[in-house]
Amino acid sequence: MTTMFGITMAESGGEFSPPGPNSFDFGAVPLFTVGEYAVTKPVVQLLLGALVVFVFFYAATRRASMVPGRMQFAGEAAYGMVRNSIARDIIGSHDYRKFVPYLVTLFFFLLVNNAFASIPLIQFPTFSRASMAYALAALSWVVYNAVGIRKHGFVGYLKLQSVPSGVTPLMYPLLVPLEFFSNILVRPVTLALRLFANMFAGHLLLILFSTGGLFLIEYGGIGYIAGPLAWVLAIAISFLELLVQFLQAYVFTLLNAMYISGPLADEH
Amino acid sequence: MDGNLNMIGYGLAAIGPGVGIGLIFAAYISGVARQPEAQGRLQSIAILGFALAEALAIIGIALAFVL
Repeated sequence: MTTMFGITMAESGGEFSPPGPNSFDFGAVPLFTVGEYAVTKPVVQLLLGALVVFVFFYAATRRASMVPGRMQFAGEAAYGMVRNSIARDIIGSHDYRKFVPYLVTLFFFLLVNNAFASIPLIQFPTFSRASMAYALAALSWVVYNAVGIRKHGFVGYLKLQSVPSGVTPLMYPLLVPLEFFSNILVRPVTLALRLFANMFAGHLLLILFSTGGLFLIEYGGIGYIAGPLAWVLAIAISFLELLVQFLQAYVFTLLNAMYISGPLADEH
Repeated sequence: MDGNLNMIGYGLAAIGPGVGIGLIFAAYISGVARQPEAQGRLQSIAILGFALAEALAIIGIALAFVL
């Protein structure tokens, strides 16, 4: 199997080829096709992620009893974490219940898909392909807008999101387009970009330190010291990545809850 | 030695969010040190602020590759 970009010195012709956006191109190579649709590695990972989340929560709730077993305890702890620290704290105890299933699913789906970056043999973060992150952000865009429109009506919701309160009407021509732009149009983009860029940059760092270490060792001389050092750093960065993976899943879910809670909160 | 000037630009642009994120967590840590029982409330606020400050760095890295 040949690599798509030179890893060893012989493949790259004596020059170090730094990893770049094209290091992720194999994510767009179809593994197999189903009818007209080509299935790539990230697509398989998405489905696998959904399956893992489903199986975990199914196994946790299948035999629910008053005295929880091991699986039930793990499931309840996981569910309670998102329910209490994200849904209830952000949306408020009045109407958070409706959104708990969505937020819990979202969090664990993201967590598993991000963790694929560190799981041996998979080692590719699903959301380092930007299209995946955009699709997920589009879903949350629909959800938070639908919640707002349902509560306030279409015009009322637009007014709530784009007309800031407590500002003199003189400033409206300046602020209304700006608020509309930031609340309706930019939100899903930053939501997607944050997830995508974190996964992308983390994976890029790992590629850089692993392939760079190999290059240095092949280079010889001081490379015999610097190369293994780069690999030690790659291991340290892997642990940092574990933290980032959790944090990004948390932040994505937290911001979703924030956007949902915006139109639901009562005016003061 | 060749490379892309965008990356130097991105390095410079990342200073701002870096300082910002440092300030956010410094405030969070001193807040928790003064009032440990407020940790739960402060945590989500701190992470929210972190996410917003980080968005600038994220936009930077996206532009560094795109431009």
